[in-house]
Amino acid sequence: MAINALDTSNLNGGQRLAIKYFSVALALFVAQIIFGLLAGLQYLMPQFLLGSLDFATNRMLHLNATVVWLLMGFIGGVYWLLEDEAGHPTVGLRLGNLAFWILTAAVAVVVLVFLIVQMGPGTDFTRWFINEGREYIEAPRWADIGIVAVFLVFFFNTVATFSRGRWTGIGMVISLDMIALGGLYLAGMFYTTNVSIDQYWWWWVIHLWVEATWEVMAGAIMAWALMTVLGTSRRIVTTWLYIEVALMFGSGILGLGHHYFWIGTPEYWFKIGGFFSALEPIPLVAMVVHAVYDSGTHNMKARNHPAFAYLIAHAFGNFLGAGVWGFMQTLPQINLYTHGTQWTASHGHLAFFGAFATIVIPLFYLAVQRLRGDVWMGGGLRGGWRWKWALGLMGIGVLGMSIALLIAGYEQSYIERAVGGSDWAAYFEAQTHPWFVQAMYWRMIMGVTTALGVVLLLWDLAVIGRYETRKAPEPAAERPEATAPEGAAPSPA
Amino acid sequence: MNETPWWASQRGWGHVAIWITVIMFAILLVLTYDSHAMIEAGTERVPGYTVINKRIDYVYDEERRRYRPEVGGEQLLFGKRYSAEEAEDLVTHGKKIVQGRNCMNCHTFLGHGAYYAPDLTKSWLDPAWGSPQSREMLMVQFLQNPEENARTYGTGRVMPDLGITREEARATVAYLKWMAAIDTNGFPHNFEPMTQGG
Repeated sequence: MAINALDTSNLNGGQRLAIKYFSVALALFVAQIIFGLLAGLQYLMPQFLLGSLDFATNRMLHLNATVVWLLMGFIGGVYWLLEDEAGHPTVGLRLGNLAFWILTAAVAVVVLVFLIVQMGPGTDFTRWFINEGREYIEAPRWADIGIVAVFLVFFFNTVATFSRGRWTGIGMVISLDMIALGGLYLAGMFYTTNVSIDQYWWWWVIHLWVEATWEVMAGAIMAWALMTVLGTSRRIVTTWLYIEVALMFGSGILGLGHHYFWIGTPEYWFKIGGFFSALEPIPLVAMVVHAVYDSGTHNMKARNHPAFAYLIAHAFGNFLGAGVWGFMQTLPQINLYTHGTQWTASHGHLAFFGAFATIVIPLFYLAVQRLRGDVWMGGGLRGGWRWKWALGLMGIGVLGMSIALLIAGYEQSYIERAVGGSDWAAYFEAQTHPWFVQAMYWRMIMGVTTALGVVLLLWDLAVIGRYETRKAPEPAAERPEATAPEGAAPSPA
Repeated sequence: MNETPWWASQRGWGHVAIWITVIMFAILLVLTYDSHAMIEAGTERVPGYTVINKRIDYVYDEERRRYRPEVGGEQLLFGKRYSAEEAEDLVTHGKKIVQGRNCMNCHTFLGHGAYYAPDLTKSWLDPAWGSPQSREMLMVQFLQNPEENARTYGTGRVMPDLGITREEARATVAYLKWMAAIDTNGFPHNFEPMTQGG
C-alpha cells in the first residue's frame, strides 16, 4: 500500500460513508460561497440578475447551503469517529448509505426547485413542495420529513454502534445531543397564521440548534480531535466536554430569550433572555482555555498541522464570532437599535465560520490524511504553504466581511434606528449613506478574498500529502486514566 | 489511588451537565406555556384578526418610555367589515402569500429576515403611504406592480415583480395591518406613524 496514494481501503466502513458526506459538504460549501458572492454583488449592482435570480433566492441558497454543508459535515464527522470511538464496526452501514443518497437527492431537488421555481402562490402546496418561506428553514415540508427520516437512521446507527461497542463520554454527549438536534427540528414543522407564535417556535429550531446543540456537537468533535491530533488524555477532554455542555446548555437554553424581545412575547424575556444570553460566551472561553492549555502541555506537537491550526482557529473564532459578536448586541437596551440590521449579518458571518466551518474543515484534513495512509502532515510538509494561505485568506476574508458588516450595522443603528425612527425613509437614508456603501464594497472585496481561500482549500485537500513519503507518527499513547497528573510529559508526536 | 480533586471529577461534571440541561429545559417549557397564553391571537399583546376593521396607531407611552400600538375605533379595510372568520381567512391567506413569495429573504418581519429591504412590522403605518385615504390603494398597486411603482430612494434596489394578483395584494395588506397591531415591546423605537387625523 502506497503511503501517499488515495486509498479507501485505509478506512473503516463508517469512514467510507463519512467521505461521501464530506464530499457533498464541500460541494455545498462552494455553493454557499457562489450564492453569497451573487447576493453581495446585488447590494452594489441592484439590477444584476433582477427578475431571474433575485436577491431573495441567492440569499436563501447562501444560507441553506451553509446550514446543510455544516450539518453534513457533522454527520460525516460522527461516522468518521464512530468506529474508533466505540471500538466496534459501524452498525447499519447499508441503511446509512441509503440514507446518505436519499438526503443528497433531496438536497439536490430542493436546490433545483429553489433555483428554478423559486416561489409559489399562497397555498399549502407551496409550503409542502416549493418553499416554506421561513428564513433558514425554507425547505418544503416533504423535505423536512425526509430529513427527519434520514436523521433517525443516523441516530439509530450511532446509538447501536456505541451500544454494541463501548459508551464513551464523547459518545454519550453526541448521542444525547442528537436527540435534541432531531427533536428541535420538529418545532419548525407546522404552520400558524399567528406570526408571534410562528417566530416563537422558529427560534426553537434556529437558536437551539446553533447556540446550543451545534455548539455541543462542535465541543464533542473538538474533544475527540484534541485526543487524535495532540494525544490529549481522554479523561481531560471528557471532563472539559462535560463542563462545556453544562455551561452551553446552562446559558444557551434560556439564552433563547434574546430572540423574544420584540416578537410580541411578554416583557420578562428582557431579563431572562438578556441575562442568560450574556452568559453564553463563558463556555467558549472555557474552550479556548482548554485548547490552548492542551496545546501547551503537548508543546504544540500535533500529527496533523492543518487540522490542528483549524482547531485553534475554531477555539478563538468561536469565542470571537459567537461569543463576543453575540454579546455585543444581546442586551435589549442595545438590541432595540441593532435588531434587524447588518449587525446580525456581521455576527452570523463570523460565528458560522469561527464556530462551525473551522470545526468541520479539520475533519476533512484528518480524513485526507487517513485516506493517504496516515501520511505525514507535520512540519516541513511539501506544499504546506497551501493550507496556510487557505486558512489565512478565509480567516482574513471572513473577519473583514464581519467588520465591514459591523460598520454598516453601526451606521444603520444610529441613522436608521436611533435618529430616523425606523420608517422606510430612514431605512433608505441609512442604506445610501457613504459609510454603508463603503462597507458593502469592503464586504465584497473580503468576500472575494474568502472565495480565494476556499479555492485554495479545495486544491489543497486534493493534493496535500501526495508528494510525501513520510508516515505520520502514531497518536500519542493515552496516559493512564485518572492517575496521570495534568502536566504529564508531552506526547512524542 | 484517585488523585483527581472533587471539583475536577469527570463523573461529577457529567451529572452537573445532565441536571443543568434538564432544569433549564424544564424552565423553558414552563415559560413557553406561559408565553403562549399571552400571545394567542385575541390577547392584549396579539390582537384578534378582526383588528383589521379598526384604526391602529403607534403611540408613545410616557410611563413605560416606549412606543406601543393603540387600537382605536372603526377604520374599515377596503371598505368592508370582516367577520371573525373572514378576517382570519384573509390574514391567513396574506401570511401564506408572504411565505410563498419568500418575502422574508429581502424584508424583515418583527425585525427577523433579511436586510436588503425595509422592515415591514409597522409598514401599515409608514408615512411613505401618504394618508389613510390613499394607503390601501397605493399598497395594493405597489404589490401588484412593484417595478413600475418603485421608490428606491437612491439605492437602485427594486422589488421584483412577484406576480401578485389584486386579491393576493389585498390579503397581504390585511396581514400587514394586523401585524402592526402586535405589541412588540417598543420595537421599532422612535417610529413616527403617518398622520391619520381625528
